[in-house]
Amino acid sequence: MARHTLSVLVENKPGVLARIAGLISRRGFNIDSLAVGPTEHEEISRMTVVVDVDEIALEQVTKQLNKLIEVLKVVELDRDASVQRELVLIKVRSDASTRSEILDLTTMFRCNVVDVAVDSVVLEATGTPEKLSALLEVLQPYGVRELVQSGMVGIGRGGRSITDRARRSA
Amino acid sequence: MTQAKAVPTPSDLAARAPQASQPVQIEDVSGAQSLVLSLESVGVDTVFGIPGGAILPAYDPLLDSVKVRHVLVRHEQGAGHAAQGYASATGKVGVCMATSGPGATNLVTPIADAYMDSVPLVAITGQVSSRTIGTDAFQEADIRGITMPITKHNYLVTDPAEIPRAIAEAFHVAATGRPGPVLVDITKDALTATTTFRWPPEIDLPGYHPVTRPHHKQIRAAADLIRSAERPVFYVGGGVIRAGASDRLRRLVEQTQIPLVTTLMARGAVPDSHDLHLGMPGMHGSVSAVTALQKADLLITLGARFDDRVTGELSSFAPEAKVIHADIDPAEISKNRVADVPIVGDCGEVIEDLIAELGEDFDTSRYDEWRARTQRWVREFPLGYTPDEEAEAIAPQYVIERIGALTGPEGTYVAGVGQHQMWAAQFVQYERPNAWLNSGGLGTMGYSVPAAMGAKAAEPERTVWAIDGDGCFQMTNQELATCVINKIPIKVAIINNSSLGMVRQWQTLFYNERYSNTDLHTAVGSRVPDFVKLADAYGCVGLRCDKPEDVDATIRKALEINDVPVVIDFVVERDAMVWPMVPAGVSNDMVTMARAMTPVWDRDDDGDDVPREES
Repeated sequence: MARHTLSVLVENKPGVLARIAGLISRRGFNIDSLAVGPTEHEEISRMTVVVDVDEIALEQVTKQLNKLIEVLKVVELDRDASVQRELVLIKVRSDASTRSEILDLTTMFRCNVVDVAVDSVVLEATGTPEKLSALLEVLQPYGVRELVQSGMVGIGRGGRSITDRARRSA
Repeated sequence: MTQAKAVPTPSDLAARAPQASQPVQIEDVSGAQSLVLSLESVGVDTVFGIPGGAILPAYDPLLDSVKVRHVLVRHEQGAGHAAQGYASATGKVGVCMATSGPGATNLVTPIADAYMDSVPLVAITGQVSSRTIGTDAFQEADIRGITMPITKHNYLVTDPAEIPRAIAEAFHVAATGRPGPVLVDITKDALTATTTFRWPPEIDLPGYHPVTRPHHKQIRAAADLIRSAERPVFYVGGGVIRAGASDRLRRLVEQTQIPLVTTLMARGAVPDSHDLHLGMPGMHGSVSAVTALQKADLLITLGARFDDRVTGELSSFAPEAKVIHADIDPAEISKNRVADVPIVGDCGEVIEDLIAELGEDFDTSRYDEWRARTQRWVREFPLGYTPDEEAEAIAPQYVIERIGALTGPEGTYVAGVGQHQMWAAQFVQYERPNAWLNSGGLGTMGYSVPAAMGAKAAEPERTVWAIDGDGCFQMTNQELATCVINKIPIKVAIINNSSLGMVRQWQTLFYNERYSNTDLHTAVGSRVPDFVKLADAYGCVGLRCDKPEDVDATIRKALEINDVPVVIDFVVERDAMVWPMVPAGVSNDMVTMARAMTPVWDRDDDGDDVPREES
C-alpha cells in the first residue's frame, strides 16, 4: 500500500460529490482525505483524493472514477512534480507564561495566529502532512484543545494546466 | 389544470412537426407533453409502468400517444424486468415508468439487475414537487441517491426545459459503450409547467467518451500470443451478445479452429451445435469447459469479466494461462485477473481486427492436439442426468430438455434463478444470440415471468418460454394478469419441486440434509397455491404434468395455444441436483460430475479417462 494523490476534475453539478464518495466507499478503497472546491472554470469542480492503495487498486479506482459520467479527468499528482498542502487550525492552551514561547514556534513553522484569548490561541498552518504533524508534536506539551484539518489539495508544478486539457478533450 | 379547449396530443404535435431529421420546436407544451414527445422522438414504442401521484401528469399525454404503447403492469418490479426482457431480446433500450417513493423503490431490483448484466434500460420516475424535495413529503424517496450505485448514470430534472436533453442523454448513455440502466427522475412541477419542446436537444456529456476502436498495437500483441499458444480457448462472455458480434465471432472461431466456452450470459453467442463449442464454464459448467479453461495456456477473453461463479477460487483459476482480455469497459480489465494483453474496445470491432490481423492463411495445425484433447473431454464427460428409476416423478432436466427440443432454436427462453436456471442453461440447445435471457449477475428470483412478458411484447412472433421455479414464480406471477389483458401470450413452465431447490441442494450437500425453510408446499404434501387454479383465476390456460410419459404431449399442447398465456405445473423429482458442480470458493480442479464423482484430469496420451469414484 502507498499513498497516491489523485486530482479529479468533475462537472460542477449537484450530487457529484455523493457519486464520488459513494463509489470510493462501496468499492472498498481506503481514502486518507478528500477535498472539493471550485476551479478557474465555473462549470468544473476539482477534487483532490488521497488514497492508500496498492498499484492494482490504484488502477481500479482510477478506472472506476473515469466511468462516472460527470468525471472529466483523473490525474495522479506525482509527489515530486507537484505541490501538495493541507490546512490546519489548532486551538492551543496558552496563558501569559507560555504565550511568547508558542509565538516563537509559530514563527519557526511559518504559521499565523488567527485568534488570541486569555487562555488560548488559535494557530493557522499550511503544509505537507509531515510538517503539520511536526508542528502538532511541538504544540502537544502546551495542550491542544481543539483541532480541525482540511483535506489535501495539490497542483502540478510548471506551466501546464490539467483543467485546460480536460476542457479541450471534452 | 387541464383546459377545456382541445389540447394537441403528442402524436398530433409529432405528426404536425417536420420530419425527424429536421429540428423541431413546439411552444407551450407541458413538461409531461415534452416528456412523451421526447420518448416518441427517441423511438420508444413500448413502456412498461404504473401511474401514481407524482408521475400522473405524464400519463395524461401518454393516453393520446399512438407511437408509444404503455403496458400497465401489476408491480413496478415487473415493469423493470419486462423492460429488461424487451431490451435483452432485441438489443434496443427497454423503458419502464413509475411514480415517486414506493413506485421508484420497487424499480430498484430490476435496475440493479440491469446494471450487473449490462442491459440498456431507461427508468423514468415521477418525483415530488421541487418545492417539497427534502421535506419527507408524501411518497418522497431520494431515488437518484438510492440508485447511484446501480445505474450507469441518473438525473433529477426540476426544470421542464431540461426534459428533452435528459431523455436524449439517458438513451444515449444506456445504449452506448457498456450498456446499462439510466434513471431519469422528474419532479411533478416540472411535468406540469409550461415549456418549449425542442428536438434534437444538444447532448452535453463532456466526460463520456466510450472507446469502441481497439488499439492496433494491442491487437498485434494479442495475435502474437494466439500464434504462439498451444492450448488456447475463447472465453466468451455476454459482451459478445450485447455487441451483436455473434456472426463475427463465429468467423474468428472457424478461422482459428480454437475451442470456445460460452458463459451463462453468453449462451447462444456461438451455436451450441458448433464442433468447437465446449459448453458453459463455471460452478455448474460442463466438465469439458471447466477443464479446458484450467488446462489452457491462453484465454482469449471477449466481453467476459472473470466472475467468481466462473473462476471459482481465483488464485487457482486457469493457472497456466496467459490472458488476453477485451472489453468495452476498461474497469473490467485486470479487475479480478491481471491481463497480459488488455484490449479496450467493442467486442465486434476487436473480433474484426483479430480476423484481419490473423489472416486468411492462419495455421490452425498447432492446436490439433489440444483440439483433439478438448473433443475427448466433450465426448467422455457429456452433460447428463440419471432419472431416479424408483421415483415415478419426472426428472426436471428432462422437462427442460424437451421444451427446448420441441420448441426449437427460434424460441426465446427466459429463466428465473436457481436449479431450473442452471438446467435451462445446460439442457436447452441455444443456436442464436438473445434466445437465452436470465438474471446472471444479480441472481434475481422472479425475473422470469415479467422478463418473458417483455421479450414477447418485443417479438410477438416468437414462442417465449418462462422456465421458472415454484419459488421464483411466486415472486412475480401477478404479471400473468398483465399478459392476459394485454394479449402477451407467454408460456410458463414451472419446474415444481415444492422447494427452494438450489438452497435445498446446498443443504443436502453442505448442511447435513437439514432442510431449514426450503419447503414451499407447492406439490409435496399440499398444493399451496394450486398453480393450475391460479392460472385459471388469471384467465390463462393451466396444465399439470406429473408423469414422464405426459411431458411431450403437455408441451405440444402448450405450443398449440397462442391466444392466451399457458402455465404448466411440471411436478418434478424433488431430490434432483444440478451437476456438474464446483463448490463455492474452491478450485475449479475440484469439479464434481455427480455426487462423489470427480473426473480424472490427466492421463497418458492413450490412456482412458474414466470417472473416478470417490468415497
